Amino acid sequence: MKVLVAVKRVVDYNVKIRVKSDESDVDLANVKMAMNPFCEIAVEEAVRLKEKGVADEVVVVSMGPKACQEQIRTAMALGADRGIQVETDETLESLAVAKLLAKVVEAEQPGLVILGKQSIDSDNNQTGQMLAALTGMAQGTFASEINIAEETVDVTREVDGGLETLTLKLPAIVTTDLRLNEPRYASLPNIMKAKRKPLDVKTPADFGVDITPRLKTLKVEAPAAREAGILVNSVDELVEKLKNEAKVI
Amino acid sequence: MSILVIAEHENGSLKGATLNTVAAAQQIGGDIDLLVAGSGCGAVAEEAAKVNGVAKVLLADADCYNHQLAENMAQLVAELASGYSHILAAATTTGKNFMPRVAAVLDVAQISDIVAVESADTFKRPIYAGNAIATVQSSDSVKVVTVRSTGFEPVDTDGSASVETLSAVHDAGVSSFVKEELAKSDRPELTSAGVIISGGRGMGNGENFAMLERVADKLGAAVGASRAAVDAGFVPNDMQVGQTGKIVAPDLYIAVGISGAIQHLAGMKDSKFIVAINKDEEAPIFQVADYGLVADLFDVIPELEQKL
Repeated sequence: MKVLVAVKRVVDYNVKIRVKSDESDVDLANVKMAMNPFCEIAVEEAVRLKEKGVADEVVVVSMGPKACQEQIRTAMALGADRGIQVETDETLESLAVAKLLAKVVEAEQPGLVILGKQSIDSDNNQTGQMLAALTGMAQGTFASEINIAEETVDVTREVDGGLETLTLKLPAIVTTDLRLNEPRYASLPNIMKAKRKPLDVKTPADFGVDITPRLKTLKVEAPAAREAGILVNSVDELVEKLKNEAKVI
Repeated sequence: MSILVIAEHENGSLKGATLNTVAAAQQIGGDIDLLVAGSGCGAVAEEAAKVNGVAKVLLADADCYNHQLAENMAQLVAELASGYSHILAAATTTGKNFMPRVAAVLDVAQISDIVAVESADTFKRPIYAGNAIATVQSSDSVKVVTVRSTGFEPVDTDGSASVETLSAVHDAGVSSFVKEELAKSDRPELTSAGVIISGGRGMGNGENFAMLERVADKLGAAVGASRAAVDAGFVPNDMQVGQTGKIVAPDLYIAVGISGAIQHLAGMKDSKFIVAINKDEEAPIFQVADYGLVADLFDVIPELEQKL
């Protein structure tokens, strides 16, 4: 089967972000960007399915400005066969991404679509579920294990109280949780080879999808800073403070 | 305006997060209906009828709603949506699973994990792992919103709403429940505990978490963990506090052997009081801690247990 993986270019997770002084947005000028960590896990799972002989082709798709081709190349260096970029400089909301992905799914007819459970910039946790709704497919969100059978996939999901296993009809949508796998690193020869793999560039207009934002960001502010605390010198002092000063025990 | 809140429940009882979600609905203002969907959940509906501020409880009781599979829930909620201006659910793994599906069926955006209501169409939500707070305004006709429970005080449960049974049965037939493995614990649930004591990589191994458990028992606290402790295999991942685990805001959070990575802070920095116990005085956790103790946890924790 063909596996489609969606990846997003986001600020590197180690970067301590700063809010712009006019509170219009987060300042992303000259900040290191990378593939969203959950997307890396999605790529890794797709490549493992290919190595197991379950998948015969892995297609990676990303949406955004030209720079997101870097992340598509990274995915191809990790083992994806070809890439699709939907190029736009507009800000894309989850619903718009899901609509564009639904068009890509329609064109590519994958047997399985893997996405990360959330991107670490907008923290929305929506796109996979929305894509499932738009394609009418079953969804296995927050997956920590997937097992593909003939016409179904068993997905073990990380839920609040523990784990839950579902059986989904294929084709299906899976979103990855952190414990699904440990992504590999791209080797230098593979990075070189990835440069020659095919990459299709499309635009939202090619798909006839309206990407007008539904939400308006009025303000982005820094969270309230916590007051500086104090260091105590002993357990006795700590217990005393908690009892008499904080009054929480 | 009228608001539909989807109740979070399991094992025949209503979960606390529902009460926080109703509180958010009250801030939006309007009639609030509470949907209880599940299989054999009549008792939950009775419980839901007592939630303050709820006008009416809608009960959808059918096999296909067992375990609230997203495919079936989304169809049910989308069908009910036409009568409502807002649809709210708790930002738990259940709510996060089916709500975006509802939003896409309705062709509207979803606003995830709100921590404050500014007005009926404007909400505050954390982005970038809680390192920024965005105020967003929705232009959609129906607002589909998930609510971070720690952002709202729970409402009381001395109300008396009527219960209306729905006949709708939506079975998309594309997914089925196989099994669940729930972690057993006698301690309070992490997300609703008043006191939490969490261990990190500094705990060294899983056995050492017994030390935290003994302190937790004295405090009536829940035990949590950092992602480092979970990834090292010390404890199961449902104990994880952080951006990718549970978001908590107890009265007292005691971080033991936790350095305080951004990922972890995103899950606990709204706690009222934070205590850090770490032998590394440079650890970032001390920057958010109200009380810090620079010491070896293996000396301090037994002493703390003794002195409580």
